[in-house]
Amino acid sequence: MAFHINHPVLFIIVGLLIAVVLGQSVYFLVKALKRSKELGMDQQKIKKTMKTAAIFTIAPAVAIVISVITLSKNLGLPLPWLRLSVVGSMSYETIAANNALSAMGQSLGSATALTAQQYVNVLLVMTISIMLGIWLVPAIGKKLQNGMKSMENRDAKWADTFQSALFIGMISAFLGFVFCNVSRLWTAENGIVTEMSSGFAENGDKIQVEKLFTAASGLVPVCTMVVSALVMVVCGLLMRKPKLKWLSEYALPISLIAGMAAAIPLTALFGMEVK
Amino acid sequence: MKKPMTYIDSVHRDGTIWNLSVMVLLFAFPVAVAMIFGVTPDWNALLVGLIATAPMYWTVGAIETVTYVPMLGAGGSYLSFVTGNISNLKMPCALNALEQNEVSASSEEGEVISTIAIAVSSIVTTLIIILGVILIVPLTPVLSAPVLQPAFEQMLPALFGGLGVAFVSKNWKIAVAPVILMLALFVCVPALNEGTVGIMVPVSALFTIAVARILYKKGVL
Repeated sequence: MAFHINHPVLFIIVGLLIAVVLGQSVYFLVKALKRSKELGMDQQKIKKTMKTAAIFTIAPAVAIVISVITLSKNLGLPLPWLRLSVVGSMSYETIAANNALSAMGQSLGSATALTAQQYVNVLLVMTISIMLGIWLVPAIGKKLQNGMKSMENRDAKWADTFQSALFIGMISAFLGFVFCNVSRLWTAENGIVTEMSSGFAENGDKIQVEKLFTAASGLVPVCTMVVSALVMVVCGLLMRKPKLKWLSEYALPISLIAGMAAAIPLTALFGMEVK
Repeated sequence: MKKPMTYIDSVHRDGTIWNLSVMVLLFAFPVAVAMIFGVTPDWNALLVGLIATAPMYWTVGAIETVTYVPMLGAGGSYLSFVTGNISNLKMPCALNALEQNEVSASSEEGEVISTIAIAVSSIVTTLIIILGVILIVPLTPVLSAPVLQPAFEQMLPALFGGLGVAFVSKNWKIAVAPVILMLALFVCVPALNEGTVGIMVPVSALFTIAVARILYKKGVL
């Protein structure tokens, strides 16, 4: 059979794999819903939780679709469809594909189409490199959970604080990340910052690519975050009125969308990459 | 007599079966492609490609497992490590659900809530991607419109702004020190950027736990 990256056979295999992954999500959803009834949890609240989770997911999921479209130009549609429906991300798959191809003297996006052998190599590098988490959770997940449990039995209040500290730690790292390009304000020369990032040449060699940014571009994520935070505060205040209590289901999705929408004029104002 | 299995035990049993099955199936994809199209992998190039890729991602995977499993709960972990997008989607979703329901993540109610939120999020993501794949031709010009690009580029800041307010305001005593430390590090160290934020999550988490422990011992919390 003649191979190409959008061969119908690939769509069929990927479709089947995604059906299995979807099956796992449905299985765990049904299992948890059953348990919630056994525990006598408020089913009205459970319904709201499901609604919020679904609405909140839409914008990030559309962003994933954009990654699928971007990657499909060089890898065909089935491969990124699978890789981004399971563990994986735009940047990870790009790096893995480039590493696999560069070992064969090629790069992602070079003029020649992928052969079946190159495709298999790309797939194997992606699959093996990302496998650890899928396997490690069954291997040590129970031990980690039991550790948390025994901490709770010893000192319930500390276990609760420990959990909050984990969450706060993660959020702090991402809040810090929002500020990572603010330094462009004072490192800029004549309002322009030159940054090097690694890329790949046509023949698969790693090369340094120059990118130019405006000095104020680092403020775009900061201001985006501030808008999102302010919208959250406003939602929080409005929620206190009994008539507006329903807002609590939508507060996070609303602040996410508001922040993303604000990023459009903010990017126009502060600038981003200079082409 | 055998002890009856608890809910959590059955989650671990089912999760193990599901995750290992998915792992085998994911491997079956390249094997099937090789067989159907009658090719064998270029073994030397595969080795070189793996050496360039795997050590880094295995390290990240191990760190992520240890950091995220206590936060996601059992059911949420099995699902999240199969369906991915943990820090930008599953984790915020679970956090928001716990907050909305006012349950502790370590309770069984918390376990159930985070599993439900993560499962719904996984299902919706998978369905939206399927829709995107079917409608790729009409969708491509809309989604790749230059005017929308900044919105998707700034998704993480837009996400953590709202989430940050909700959590930091509730736990501000624990949050002050790590937020200041992370801000200072990310502003001053050029190597810290989008690619390295994943490595900073466990660093920040450990630091926050240490701070929380000191405050807890002093009775400030």
